[in-house]
Amino acid sequence: MSATPLLQIARLTKSFGSNQVLKSVDLDVTAGEVVTVIGPSGGGKTTLLRCVNFLEAYDGGSIKIDGREVGYVDNAGGRKRGEVDLAAMRAETGMVFQSFNLFPHLTAEQNVMLGLQRVRKKPLKEAQEIARHWLDRVGLAHKTKSLPYELSGGQQQRVGIARAVAMDPKILLLDEITSALDPELVNEVLDVVRKLATDGMTMLIVTHEIAFARDASHRIIFMTDGSVSAHGKPDELMAQVASNERLRNFLSRFSAATH
Amino acid sequence: MAQLIDAIVYAIPYLMSGLGMTLLVSLIVVVLSLVAGVVLGVGLIYGPLSLRWLIRLLTDSIRGIPILVLIFAVYYGLPPLGLNLSSFWAAVLALTLFKTAQVIEYTRGAVSSIPRGQMEAAKSIGLIFGQRLRYVIFPQATRRFLPPWVNGVTDAVKGSALVSLLGVVDLMQAINQVIGRTYEPMPLYLLGAVMYFAINYSLSSLSRVLERRYAYIKE
Repeated sequence: MSATPLLQIARLTKSFGSNQVLKSVDLDVTAGEVVTVIGPSGGGKTTLLRCVNFLEAYDGGSIKIDGREVGYVDNAGGRKRGEVDLAAMRAETGMVFQSFNLFPHLTAEQNVMLGLQRVRKKPLKEAQEIARHWLDRVGLAHKTKSLPYELSGGQQQRVGIARAVAMDPKILLLDEITSALDPELVNEVLDVVRKLATDGMTMLIVTHEIAFARDASHRIIFMTDGSVSAHGKPDELMAQVASNERLRNFLSRFSAATH
Repeated sequence: MAQLIDAIVYAIPYLMSGLGMTLLVSLIVVVLSLVAGVVLGVGLIYGPLSLRWLIRLLTDSIRGIPILVLIFAVYYGLPPLGLNLSSFWAAVLALTLFKTAQVIEYTRGAVSSIPRGQMEAAKSIGLIFGQRLRYVIFPQATRRFLPPWVNGVTDAVKGSALVSLLGVVDLMQAINQVIGRTYEPMPLYLLGAVMYFAINYSLSSLSRVLERRYAYIKE
């Protein structure tokens, strides 16, 4: 792979007070790649993802998307980008949240249309067409006029995915998107993500679904205590189980589910 | 009985003109305090620390002063500082300050009740601050803002009677002036009470309609 990575994360650090959550994280994601981050809770996975979207300001190191520093004009901790510039950068990265965060006063269709109309400046009709296209893609063509509270958790999360991908982002960030779902609703959401992966969508995924990570991603990153403890293609990572005790301990808790 | 009706018929034109003044004062106070209160309320939540501290100081001071004291403080206190306001504008300014402090609190309460994830979702699709407020936060906050605010509006209408103390001829002052001529206090105070009640009852009915209008928003 000779192309410059779409997302370049280098020596990334982030602290909340005296608690250093990210300790020099390095990670590149190439266009079209699906990279999954796994690891125990509190290991910094979600914080890493939130830094890429600048929902959290990072303290040190660098995050570049298409060569442009995220959030800061030059370097971490320096001058932040202005509101308009920051918003334009965020529009390039789609984010899907653990708790869906749909706008409760808007229908499924309006949830998807808001960014298209106000950020992408699409006229109403075109925004509506794009929204309907994506709601159809996530299997919700019949729910375009529903308000979020009228939808199941799995349906809400699929609207959340449609809202993010409709903006045509360069990279999609998925933050434990099935963790808040009833077990029987997990697959309908993961199926949508698998379809997006097949279509070549670049994705950085934080998940506890180990089987999904193994099947759907090109590479897996194993994070503990704020740094990358192991990484590689799924089979490469599994081969490190013998030598990496923390990885072994972590995966052993899922062995019942994955066999 | 005929005497009573005569007294009322005599008083009506005076009271109507006083009522006009009451409505004018209330309208100005409500509109100005709504704009200033929402802007400062947003500043109290999202502003830099120094601004938040300043707004907090302002609201706490104003809310700690009886409105009557505030009215006289503005009326007698500003001219020595070189600001000569008519009694009308002095009264309006004092009532507006008082009401603004309340609207700041309603705004803070309503906006901060919206889950943090809403702001984050709005950020993540690339909306700028003003758009996030307009399209995501305010439509949801309105439902929580309306009931206390409409209550506050009825308070403003009732509280506007205090402008009569500075000689502004509002409904209250008009009643007193007519009584000064006719020496028939009871029918006039009753009539005045009915007028205040009619305004405020319509306002609280309107509030119930508005609340139903926003009831579809569920988390």
